[in-house]
Amino acid sequence: MAEFLTKSRARNVFYGGSIFFVVIFIAMTVQSHRYVVETSTAGMALSEEVILGKHVWERHSCINCHSLHGEGAYFAPELGNVMTRWGVQDESELAYEVLDGWMNAQPSGIEGRRQMPFFELTEEEMRGLAEFLRWADQTDTQGWPPNDAG
Amino acid sequence: MKYQSQKVALAYIVCAVALFGIQVLGGLLAGWIYVSPNFLSEILPFNIVRMIHTNALIVWLLLGFFGAAYFLIPEEAEREIYSVKLAYLQLIILVVGTLGAVGSYLVGIHGGREFLEQPLWVKFGILVAALIFLFNVSMTVLAGKKTAITNVLLLGLWLLSLLWVFAFINPDNLSLDKMYWWFVVHLWVEATWELVMAAILAFLLLKLTGVDREVVEKWLYVIVATALFSGILGTGHHFYWIGLPGYWQWVGSIFSTFEVIPFFLMMSFAFVMVWKGRKNHPNKAALLWSLGSSTVAFFGAGVWGFLHTLHGVNFYSHGTQITAAHGHLAFYGAYVALNLAVFTYAMPMLRGREPYNQVLNMASFWLMTGGMAFMTFVLTFAGTIQTHMQRVLGEYYMDVQDGLALFYMMRFGAGAAVVIGALLFIYSILVVRKREVITPGAANPVPGE
Ligand code: HEM
Ligand code: HEM
Ligand SMILES: [Fe+2]
Repeated sequence: MAEFLTKSRARNVFYGGSIFFVVIFIAMTVQSHRYVVETSTAGMALSEEVILGKHVWERHSCINCHSLHGEGAYFAPELGNVMTRWGVQDESELAYEVLDGWMNAQPSGIEGRRQMPFFELTEEEMRGLAEFLRWADQTDTQGWPPNDAG
Repeated sequence: MKYQSQKVALAYIVCAVALFGIQVLGGLLAGWIYVSPNFLSEILPFNIVRMIHTNALIVWLLLGFFGAAYFLIPEEAEREIYSVKLAYLQLIILVVGTLGAVGSYLVGIHGGREFLEQPLWVKFGILVAALIFLFNVSMTVLAGKKTAITNVLLLGLWLLSLLWVFAFINPDNLSLDKMYWWFVVHLWVEATWELVMAAILAFLLLKLTGVDREVVEKWLYVIVATALFSGILGTGHHFYWIGLPGYWQWVGSIFSTFEVIPFFLMMSFAFVMVWKGRKNHPNKAALLWSLGSSTVAFFGAGVWGFLHTLHGVNFYSHGTQITAAHGHLAFYGAYVALNLAVFTYAMPMLRGREPYNQVLNMASFWLMTGGMAFMTFVLTFAGTIQTHMQRVLGEYYMDVQDGLALFYMMRFGAGAAVVIGALLFIYSILVVRKREVITPGAANPVPGE
């Protein structure tokens, strides 16, 4: 390393530069936060039902088998676009019915096939979950995933 | 061991390796469920096993960092730890919290954000433990000698504890939830933990090679500067497809590409120091782990990270087995191997004996590293096929997975090697031989002199 780079210079560059990048990052975070609320997720109301659905999703740790917008586990299919895949994204009632049918058919018990557990949910919770997945699906994710397979 | 209070590190290391054992056994079980999906599916579903695997990993790495800090800070600050009692109290809180978390996962009580599933009381426990720790080590350093190593180490530990606040912030809006979630996950492993890693590596190399402190510390500041300059805005590589603005595709791609630099520097640093060093330190196993850690971190984080970090690639590979391949090698090289390096270095001193069981320890290095490398390769192949079939050709997820069975079997085999390696390692540091089998040669002449 060149001689002009003394230890104290290296230290000052480290502290000064880091503060610089932290400030930029915070500014971009604020802008991104606004963009999410006002633009990318604004297509559907963040209703009580959707919020309940998110809590149901979390309480059962669905994320540790599935991915959602590509994040989570890789053991089971992507669910960020599942309502589109099922063709029910625009129909709330139908979305609930199809999801309810799916959830109640688990576990499949088929030998050699990955199993999804059975979750005991109330009708209200199931409706919330369907709305949550529709809400996630309508998010503007810059065109991801590449196709309906997720 | 120069200072009595360094002894607390021993308790931290023992708890850490116990959890390490649980972590890899959990991983092996998860890997087995991939091979034989009906196994335990009704009693212990995959998601629970996976939570135990990932959470045990994070907690034991943190315990290792805390232990390493308690070990090296007295030597650097040249004084005893401010309060040994507080250090043990902190450990008890963490162990009770961890056991509580595992217990509650087993009965189905948990949160639902990946890696942050701990029940609220455990999250608070971690916060309190972190605060006790920061108070304790800061008081020690403030009253003692301040070196670049302790500066960087403490800065890293302060910042990572501060970021833990985002573990409590869970907005109802999924996209916001995801954005703030990365403030913990990415800004831990690709910013603050890197400071901890660089500081610990600098300490180990200083002790093992005997290179001049001025040189080591200058390197240290350069490394951590490149880490934060790239890693902070590099967070953008997770913001491509979760509902955030499109400009992150460029910011994330460019800055996360620079994230390779600190890992390259850490690897170069380790080799240059060993090459320059005069000392022939008897603890060869610790040196092997230090060099191995920085090298595997370069491949796992640097090469495998760059592999899928450009937004044009990530559009197709996002959330496939490629991600799992990278996650494994990066965590292993950077943080697992580094912790094992510290344990290998510190244990003989903590127990007042010459380095022992080095041959076994080094065998465990090759077995574990070989196993993790093989696992990374097979998952990368699986992920490449998955990406093509599912993301390009649009075939259904479950059908594609059926075609990957062979790779998952090989992953299980690789995992078994890692588990055996881990058990060998634990045995080699906990069980004492009568006599060391390796004798160091004479000190190396300095090249070029
Ligand atoms: C030691 C440092 C690192 C560790 C421990 C690490 C670990 C991980 C883990 C566990 C994930 C998966 C997160 C999830 O569950 O969604 C991940 C994702 C990712 N990492 Fe790293 N990483 C490190 C460094 C890097 C670096 C230096 C780069 C870039 C050069 C990188 C690029 C990425 C990308 C692009 C993803 C997202 C993958 C996706 O889209 O699915 N990582 N990393
Ligand atoms: C016995 C060896 C191991 C086996 C068989 C194994 C297996 C697994 C499996 C099956 C998963 C779930 C992947 C999925 O969601 O589909 C996983 C996740 C994970 N494991 Fe391991 N593992 C092992 C060792 C390790 C080690 C040593 C580390 C740390 C270095 C580690 C870190 C992780 C991480 C960070 C994740 C989450 C990855 C992500 O979200 O991208 N594992 N492991
Ligand atoms: Fe990252």
